[in-house]
Amino acid sequence: MSADANDGLSRRGFLAISAATLGGVMLAPGIRLIEIAGARAPEQSVSRQVRWGLLIDTNKCAPGCDDCVKACATENGLKDTGHPRTDAQWIRKVELKDMRTGRANSVPVMCQHCEHPPCVDVCPTGASFKRADGIVLVDRHICIGCRYCIMACPYKARSIVFEAITDQNPDVPRGNGCAEGCTLCVHRIDRDQQPACVEACTKAGHNAMFFGDLNDPHSEIAQRVAKYASTQIRADFKLNPGVRYQGL
Amino acid sequence: MKTNGTGAFTGRIARAICLLALLLPVLVFASERVPKPVINIDRQGKCVEDSATMRREHPDMLKHQRDLTMHEGIRTRKHSLKECVECHASAKTGSVLGAKGFCQSCHDYASVRIDCFNCHASKPKLASGVKP
Amino acid sequence: MAEYLIYHELGGPSRRFWSLLGLLAVPLALAAIAYFYMEHYGHIVTGMDNQIVWGMPHVFAVFLIIAATGALNIAMAASVFGKAVYRPVAPLSALVSLALLAGGLALVMLDLGRSDRMVVAAMQLNPESLLSRRVIFYDGYMASVGVYMWFLLEPRMNRYVKPVAIVAFLWQLLLITSTGLEFGFNFRAVYDSVLYAPMFIAFSSAYGAAALILILLAACGWEGRDVSGELLRRLKNWLGVSVGASLFFAILFLGTKYELVRSRDVARFLLFDGGVYTALLWLGQIALGGVVPLALLLRSRLSRSGIAAAAAMVLLGGLAQMYVTLIGGQAYPQILFPGMIESSSYFDGEIHPYAPSLVEVLLGLGGVALAASIVAIVLRAIALLPERLDPPAKPQA
Repeated sequence: MSADANDGLSRRGFLAISAATLGGVMLAPGIRLIEIAGARAPEQSVSRQVRWGLLIDTNKCAPGCDDCVKACATENGLKDTGHPRTDAQWIRKVELKDMRTGRANSVPVMCQHCEHPPCVDVCPTGASFKRADGIVLVDRHICIGCRYCIMACPYKARSIVFEAITDQNPDVPRGNGCAEGCTLCVHRIDRDQQPACVEACTKAGHNAMFFGDLNDPHSEIAQRVAKYASTQIRADFKLNPGVRYQGL
Repeated sequence: MKTNGTGAFTGRIARAICLLALLLPVLVFASERVPKPVINIDRQGKCVEDSATMRREHPDMLKHQRDLTMHEGIRTRKHSLKECVECHASAKTGSVLGAKGFCQSCHDYASVRIDCFNCHASKPKLASGVKP
Repeated sequence: MAEYLIYHELGGPSRRFWSLLGLLAVPLALAAIAYFYMEHYGHIVTGMDNQIVWGMPHVFAVFLIIAATGALNIAMAASVFGKAVYRPVAPLSALVSLALLAGGLALVMLDLGRSDRMVVAAMQLNPESLLSRRVIFYDGYMASVGVYMWFLLEPRMNRYVKPVAIVAFLWQLLLITSTGLEFGFNFRAVYDSVLYAPMFIAFSSAYGAAALILILLAACGWEGRDVSGELLRRLKNWLGVSVGASLFFAILFLGTKYELVRSRDVARFLLFDGGVYTALLWLGQIALGGVVPLALLLRSRLSRSGIAAAAAMVLLGGLAQMYVTLIGGQAYPQILFPGMIESSSYFDGEIHPYAPSLVEVLLGLGGVALAASIVAIVLRAIALLPERLDPPAKPQA
């Protein structure tokens, strides 16, 4: 505690710690504490028990709607520089049309947070890594900008920054010459909030995106994927992404 | 080898360089024009450690914290760069950079490149966005 | 051992040598300017973007690395497989290999988004990564070739040359195979074929032999030395066989891509409607780098300039091949939803355009100039060229 003595414990932090302690004390082995990550104290590392994931209900995702994309840009400080080809895109709306049946779909595509991420396999320095709770991130401190992760990613989910950046969001550092991609808003998850895209989608009443712990049978996302048919993009690659799509 | 003329010439240059290198500290300290770092701390109160410790160990602290935050999701505030910026940003420019900025003026003086702010924000988050 | 194998430094008047270096300094200086320009402004000043992330510097880099592994083949033939005729040029073969590798690796390093962190790449290796395993392969390769060269040139160590050469040979095999698999294991439609491994071995043999022949002819022409007709004839045949094998694998690769329905679209893109990539494939890789030099090399009597022309064509064709493989492979869209037409603000489902910028080309040429400068300086400083190349090789080595 002394480490954070001069912090002044926030109410949230205090509740989180008590919840974690109580949970550890009270619950019988085998029964896991609620669904949440919020139960993690600030000085506690992320848990291997958790596997964060997204479920996207494409039936509810309207063509042309880009509320999630805008929310991502605002949250993560992605600005339009006027050069669309070099701009990074962490999330994009892909409009689909079946070549044979003509059925149209519109889906948001972002980093799929694979269980076996090719970007991590190829990264020469270990900058591309998968956090214990399944979030695939770039450690920009050791990224050398070789761009091999971009070459290796089958989802076009990684970008590299082409010019100097200023006025970043303090929670989302990003800069010239480093690779980057969707972080699942890890800074928000760590303070018990949902990713910005999911929040925006829900707030606008579309309810096409669900975020949660795939490993927790009580979470909404786990129950939904257990009940409804869902697929992963290019499931044939066997990368087991944490992002699933319903209605494709 | 080559002619003696070249050898002697090279030797003379080498000697001149050595002499200059030896004299350099003397010349520098003799001068009053050496810029000193500007350390303006607008915010009252104490830092997380005493000044001597901070001066010597802030890179290690930051590096330690950065790995914890990045890889284990540990976001305690005490040694986080974000908190440094919160406190030490200049009241005038709102930044830790700039000629008189807390970080930059000292790093310029010590001639140590700061890599942090290529990616990290050098200004605190706007007041409106701080509390959820 | 053969007594006539006395090695000498590159001779000739000092002034002429310095003007050669001065000439090579021009592309090197331009490349340095290009590098600092890119380093200062970021990759925004290149033709690359977030769809084509590996541009012209990588084309040159991978080309040089491939040629580097192949250039060692001649030395390996002499020391591992006992082909005495190549023994006199074995040190040159090893030197050219190391120099080309240095040029290629320098380009990879200088084209990093954060080239100021090159040290990180060396210190913080991710043991899981194919690329960083390759860093180990490079180190092992350079070390083993270095030791091999030393044993070759030190008479007291001569009798241990063979085991050392076998080690170098294994590193070479490892390096070139992993270079091929780097493409072969990629999910992109143009790659995704293990044929890349044997195909790149053939390519490397051709490009390496071509580079070695050109350098050998240049070094001998420099001092007016004579090269034995026998050695040249064998090198010519070597190049011919390598070019033939390269063509065979290229046709096998493209043919199987076309025959398999699941990859027919991408084959069609490369073969017929890929625009600049199709043109470079047919005119550059197949015609200039394959059929024409092969036709030349198949002639039993070919003049020196004929051999040199064939080698130069093979190298130019190799650059074209690398452009098609690297840039074409990225230009073809990645398929996220098979059977669907995709479109997005991130250019899904589109062929991505790319035009190399001047800085990239200058940087790439700098890599070539670096390799050439290393060869020139080392040849001048260390006795690596046999005193005589004209007598017919004796049967024993």
